[in-house]
Amino acid sequence: MRILIIEDDKEAASYLVKAFREAGHVADHAADGLDGYALAEEGAYDVLVVDRMLPKLDGLSLIRSLREQRVETPVLILSALGQVDDRVKGLRAGGDDYLPKPYAFSELLARVEVLSRRRASTPNTEPTVYRIADLELDRLSHRVTRSGQEIVLQPREFRLLEYLMKNANQVVTRTMLLEHVWDYHFDPQTNVIDVHVSRLRAKIDKGFDKPLIHTIRGAGYMVRVGQEGDEE
Amino acid sequence: MNASMSALGKLVRTTAFKLSLAYLLIFTIFAFVGLGYVAWNAQRLLTNQFISSIESEIDSLSNLYRFGGLRRLVTSVERRSRAPGALLYLVTTETGERVAGNVGALPPDVLGRTGQFETLYNRTDETEARPDMAIVRVYLLPGGFRLLVGRDIEERRRLQEVIYRAFGYSLLFIVVLGCVGGWFITRRVLKRVDDMTEITRHIMTGDLGGRLAIAGTGDELDRLAQNLNDMLDRIGELMRGMQEVSDNIAHDLKTPLTRLRNKADEALRTASTPDELKSALEATIEESDNLIRIFNALLMIARLEAGNAREGLADFDAAEAVRDVAELYDALAEEAGVSLEVSVEDDLPIHGSRELLGQAMANLLDNALKYGSAAGGEPQTISVAAHRSDGDVRIVVADRGPGIPEAERGRVLERFVRLETARSRPGFGLGLSLAAAVARLHGGYLLLEDNEPGLRVILALPLKAAELPQAPLQSAA
Repeated sequence: MRILIIEDDKEAASYLVKAFREAGHVADHAADGLDGYALAEEGAYDVLVVDRMLPKLDGLSLIRSLREQRVETPVLILSALGQVDDRVKGLRAGGDDYLPKPYAFSELLARVEVLSRRRASTPNTEPTVYRIADLELDRLSHRVTRSGQEIVLQPREFRLLEYLMKNANQVVTRTMLLEHVWDYHFDPQTNVIDVHVSRLRAKIDKGFDKPLIHTIRGAGYMVRVGQEGDEE
Repeated sequence: MNASMSALGKLVRTTAFKLSLAYLLIFTIFAFVGLGYVAWNAQRLLTNQFISSIESEIDSLSNLYRFGGLRRLVTSVERRSRAPGALLYLVTTETGERVAGNVGALPPDVLGRTGQFETLYNRTDETEARPDMAIVRVYLLPGGFRLLVGRDIEERRRLQEVIYRAFGYSLLFIVVLGCVGGWFITRRVLKRVDDMTEITRHIMTGDLGGRLAIAGTGDELDRLAQNLNDMLDRIGELMRGMQEVSDNIAHDLKTPLTRLRNKADEALRTASTPDELKSALEATIEESDNLIRIFNALLMIARLEAGNAREGLADFDAAEAVRDVAELYDALAEEAGVSLEVSVEDDLPIHGSRELLGQAMANLLDNALKYGSAAGGEPQTISVAAHRSDGDVRIVVADRGPGIPEAERGRVLERFVRLETARSRPGFGLGLSLAAAVARLHGGYLLLEDNEPGLRVILALPLKAAELPQAPLQSAA
């Protein structure tokens, strides 16, 4: 995956470039808004990581200009401003996700990976049935089956599983779950989300020898066909 | 010269001057209409008088002719013509030959006309050739003679002249007076505005204590000055608030930063194996994550207290938000062996931030789960309720734990205050401060009460004032 980081703080930028490369991605860096705009417009990037406060051209204007030029690359906005309406402003300008500073790199990585995948599947091509191994989730009839056996889920559990399966084979963090399943953007300091996931896991994985909901240590959760090594 | 020109230019550009000019114009127009009406009326009155004196003269002369014949008429006309200030008389034959009277030359055809009309004439006793204006009437006497009686209207013309002159003088007077008055008024206003500008400029350069003078007249400039002063007060308040917040943050962050530093320092001195170093680094990262959390919470509280989160507020249903958060924590409570009793009234519209309310609720539920465990071993209950009460939405989170002694209830709302009994548990002592700040931002309050036993936290937020009938489409957007 090709990532462009537009960030004026050199130290933060080189940390990000290095960390993304270690995670197996190609990462470029632009130090101001205009350079970033030029690179984003030409280069074929999968995701742009844009700081809100940039010299020469601020982050939101940059995104707005890109969208006007029909550059639809997914954008994640990084911002030191963590206020409620800043998120709204960022998303309204054409950003796809918003992460207040300071953040954990695992959170950023998970969000960037989900964004890059979202690009490949526009809403129209999104399947109505998600399948992972023998687990099936039908988004229209709201039915979940595993090995043909129906599993009864509460509405919120259904949405949780839906989001996890939509992003199968991707790390999904606790904050992302709180955002997409409960529509809250604060930092879940306690293990509220973990409890919900473990309840869901009890319904999905219990009685089957291959677990599908995995805990990724220090990051979050992932639905995938079982691989050993990263379990709790 | 240049300076005075620019001062004049400034004067001319002021609103007061333009207003004076407009008034001047309006007054001038009114004055002209008024004077014109008077002049016209005076003219009409005079003309009517002339006509009636001509009529009565014709009456008496025609009677003389009827009873005394031409001879008496001529004698009388000759006599009357000679009297001082005489009217104009002329008696002619049918063919227009002069028989008697004091009127000399007349324009042709005059004698053929009837009724009153104005014409030029010359007197017989006048030598100069300049004809005067007169209003005349020609009367056809029986026997073909014509009798013309008229009155000189030079007088009327003079009156007209007087009136016109009055017109001119009053115009001059109005314009001069208007300009001078306007200039004085404008200068007065301009001086006050200049004073205000001077003071505000002074304030802008850093003297935030300065205030505009109030003249005490209660006029619009006074009100403006008052508003500006109020605004300056508010700015001062905000600046003091910001100052306080940044001082507090600096102070509050020193403790955890020192702890972080000490931990790293200790690891550097004591750890010898890579594993020990690794775990020390992990502990340091965890500590700095906590620091980030504290920092975020503090910043959030500070922003809420400064009141600048207000622009992001919208209308939403508190009932739904409370149910959502309760549902979020239900699983966690169950895991901890606590039953969460939720009783939420339907439809509780408030104006605020669903996000912040969620955060505050989460903090309250966190606290209830952390500190609300009963002394005995009996099954634990936390109740969450939301209902209307006196124009407020009251959200109540109550536990059956040890509660908070009455003396401590005010203190625990302050930042970083943790009770002795809570020290052993994780937390920073910011949860209630944040919830209280959220309540204040919404114009509500946070109240701690005894749940006998346990703690009852009441988050009261004002209901949305007037439920607008059927305008949800606009308000939703």
